[in-house]
Amino acid sequence: MIELTFIEHNGEVHNVRAAPGTNLMQAALDNNVPGIDADCGGSCACGTCHVFIDTSWMDKAGKPSESECAMLEMTPEKNEMSRLACQITVETPLNGLVVKLPEFQM
Amino acid sequence: MANQLDPQNNTLPDATSVPLDRIDLSDPRLYSQHRWPEYFRRVRDEDPVHFLEDSPFGPFWSITRFEDIVAVDTNHEVFSAEPFIMIGDPEPDLPLENFIAMDPPKHDVQRAAVQPVVAPRNLSAMEGLIRERIGVILDNLPLNESFDWVSRVSVELTSQMLATIFDFPYEDRHKLPYWSDIATGAPELSGGTADKEERNAALQDMAETFSKMWFQKAALREAGHEPTFDLISLMEANADTRDMINRPAEFLGNLGLLIVGGNDTTRNSITGSVLAMNMFPGELEKLKHNPDLIPSMVSEIIRWQTPLSYMRRIAKSDFNLNGKLIKKGDKVVMWYISGNRDERVIDNPDKVIIDRPRVRQHLSFGMGIHRCMGNRLGEMQLRITWEEILKRFDNIEVLKQPERVHSNFVNGYVNMQVKVIPKAS
Repeated sequence: MIELTFIEHNGEVHNVRAAPGTNLMQAALDNNVPGIDADCGGSCACGTCHVFIDTSWMDKAGKPSESECAMLEMTPEKNEMSRLACQITVETPLNGLVVKLPEFQM
Repeated sequence: MANQLDPQNNTLPDATSVPLDRIDLSDPRLYSQHRWPEYFRRVRDEDPVHFLEDSPFGPFWSITRFEDIVAVDTNHEVFSAEPFIMIGDPEPDLPLENFIAMDPPKHDVQRAAVQPVVAPRNLSAMEGLIRERIGVILDNLPLNESFDWVSRVSVELTSQMLATIFDFPYEDRHKLPYWSDIATGAPELSGGTADKEERNAALQDMAETFSKMWFQKAALREAGHEPTFDLISLMEANADTRDMINRPAEFLGNLGLLIVGGNDTTRNSITGSVLAMNMFPGELEKLKHNPDLIPSMVSEIIRWQTPLSYMRRIAKSDFNLNGKLIKKGDKVVMWYISGNRDERVIDNPDKVIIDRPRVRQHLSFGMGIHRCMGNRLGEMQLRITWEEILKRFDNIEVLKQPERVHSNFVNGYVNMQVKVIPKAS
């Protein structure tokens, strides 16, 4: 199992364990982490699983695809740490990853 | 075509008796007579990627299953939103351009300019005002007697909201839904019944009104006034859209888009929510016992109503979808109204179940880069409306079948007679 930490916008911390191969959005939903709507169910089509990943983890999390970038462009809350959680596969190198949640999903 | 455009012609046959290759899902009578559920059910089962050779809107593909719609909607490399997103083509003598019907990169900059006005952060600042206005509308309704919910509540509420985000003269706010209705109501666009001359005059009035507002706001800004937070001011403040007034087709098109986007959608979902609570009284009881279900109920209503039936695309290259070859240049209609009833993805899709699992996973807002920009505003208006309804009323009784809009695009209501029963105090 891989250990992940989700931090809500209000500071509340959720430590969860996820099986390798799942995605970050599903890991949050499976563990009842609030703040991720996942309106499209993980198809990179709605932008409502927006999260912030510390830049030091960016290499391990992989590069966002063109379609993910296009969806992220639509959220006014986007910054250089923005990713869509459904597009990040949970693998061993991400053990210990800290994920911050935005105040609002778009 | 004449036959199709007559709302009084009630001769729609049984869905199973029409030859499959002749089924025309663009026929507006399917919507005004609420016959679309059986037609779409058959097409989803027997020919989910459905080609119609001949229709008043030319040949077109109908995409009817949930997963296929997501595949098309998210593939903007192959499926272009240009030149227009309704099934018919706009008249060449009245050019309208807007970002819902633009591909990247132009789409991205124009949308980004106006997105902030409906971003959740700003909406939370508007919540108190919206609640107050909804409260006034509800408090002034007649009790225990028949009236039209559409005009008294749904239209009034959405016009007030649009007037707020446009900073539009409050006393003229009824022009906004009028312009919206007539813009989408052209026979050649949606099978609607708008008169051409009246429509042109209305769009002309809209263009002049907004140009005047644009110049007034620009003059105030130059005179050193703080800019107000509204759509026109945001467009004037953004380098990418600042000179849009010099591109009349884009100027009118984008403002028209924002009016239509904020009008029919929320209005018809509000009316639909009252109808649904009458058709499924057990769900109203659930809601009364647990008002925490309101946000979930709002998503369920938006799915069940699907206030805009479809968006259309043009294939930019050949594409194989579910075994059918869509050719470059073909017109493709993504029927959200059908995907939201797809039994393969949604259990008991014709039923309203306010605590349904994965309730937010519906197609009413579209998917991909053209996904509805005002989704959070729409959801908020519905949520507050129901929070305020539950405080005041025991029931809103629908007295007879509502009259529905004759259009293949706007899935909504012209009139719905109701009687409001106050809570016993």
